[in-house]
Amino acid sequence: MAISYKPTRMEMSRLKKRLSTASRGHKLMKDKRDETVRRFITYVRRNKELRQRVEELMSEAMASFVVAKATMTPAAVEEALCCPAASAKVQVESGKVLSTEVPRLTYVPSAESGLPYGVLGTSHELDSAVEKFSQLMPLLIELAEVEKTCNLLADEIEKTRRRVNALEYVMIPQLKDAIHDISMKLDENERGNLTRLMKTKDMLKSKDEG
Amino acid sequence: MADIAVIGSGDSVLLGRAAGLDVYFETDGHRACRLIDRLADEGTRVIFVTEPVFELAAEAVQKYRSRPFPAIIPIPDSKGPTGAAMANIRANVEKAIGADILF
Repeated sequence: MAISYKPTRMEMSRLKKRLSTASRGHKLMKDKRDETVRRFITYVRRNKELRQRVEELMSEAMASFVVAKATMTPAAVEEALCCPAASAKVQVESGKVLSTEVPRLTYVPSAESGLPYGVLGTSHELDSAVEKFSQLMPLLIELAEVEKTCNLLADEIEKTRRRVNALEYVMIPQLKDAIHDISMKLDENERGNLTRLMKTKDMLKSKDEG
Repeated sequence: MADIAVIGSGDSVLLGRAAGLDVYFETDGHRACRLIDRLADEGTRVIFVTEPVFELAAEAVQKYRSRPFPAIIPIPDSKGPTGAAMANIRANVEKAIGADILF
């Protein structure tokens, strides 16, 4: 929708102010977009790396668990793992990446170290599976932090890009057009006035001479 | 209530219990969505979801995507990675940069 305006000087100076704000906003938004993309790329690279490592280590832990299940009865496995260890915590802070709020997570392992079950009736393979999984936890939390940051940044980049485009291709051209129209109209009025004055002067002159 | 929860099929998430995570056995998409909603209300910070459930519970995943918490993170299940998590990263790159240039 085009901007509606009255062809007056007041309106033109108001539109000029809006144009300068829009241009400054456009420049800032563009800078923000570029910097967010730069940071996003470092985060997403880290994300990919972490994801690959987690998938690798998780497969190892799962393989150990499968072996453990083969050496123990399903009931024994269930029994060994039915009483959970003291719950693990994450320390949560919120950070900012270019005004986007992102989580900062730190893993706080459960207070009880060691295995949450007795040695009787459980196998060494289960110990190793549990240990592998516990070692994986800090990595998993880091992955959670990085992946969430990537999600949020991707959304933010999309939003900023839309704003940049809206300013660049809609708002700024419309304002420029409006200012141009008003200045044309004002010039036309000015010319009209001048011609009228000249005409009147001529008429007066011819009247005097006559 | 723990800060970290894990949702998935029995074998894949049982190990989480030994590491002190809240473990929920769930393979149905709709019920997983409701579970995620409940956990988010209770203030769980990180929810690990096995990849098959992650795909089924897309509705809840989408809902919490733009909020800082909870972070819903796909993890491979006992059958190994399905590629859903990597596809998610790829989708992020495409969304942000416009082309998949990192993979």
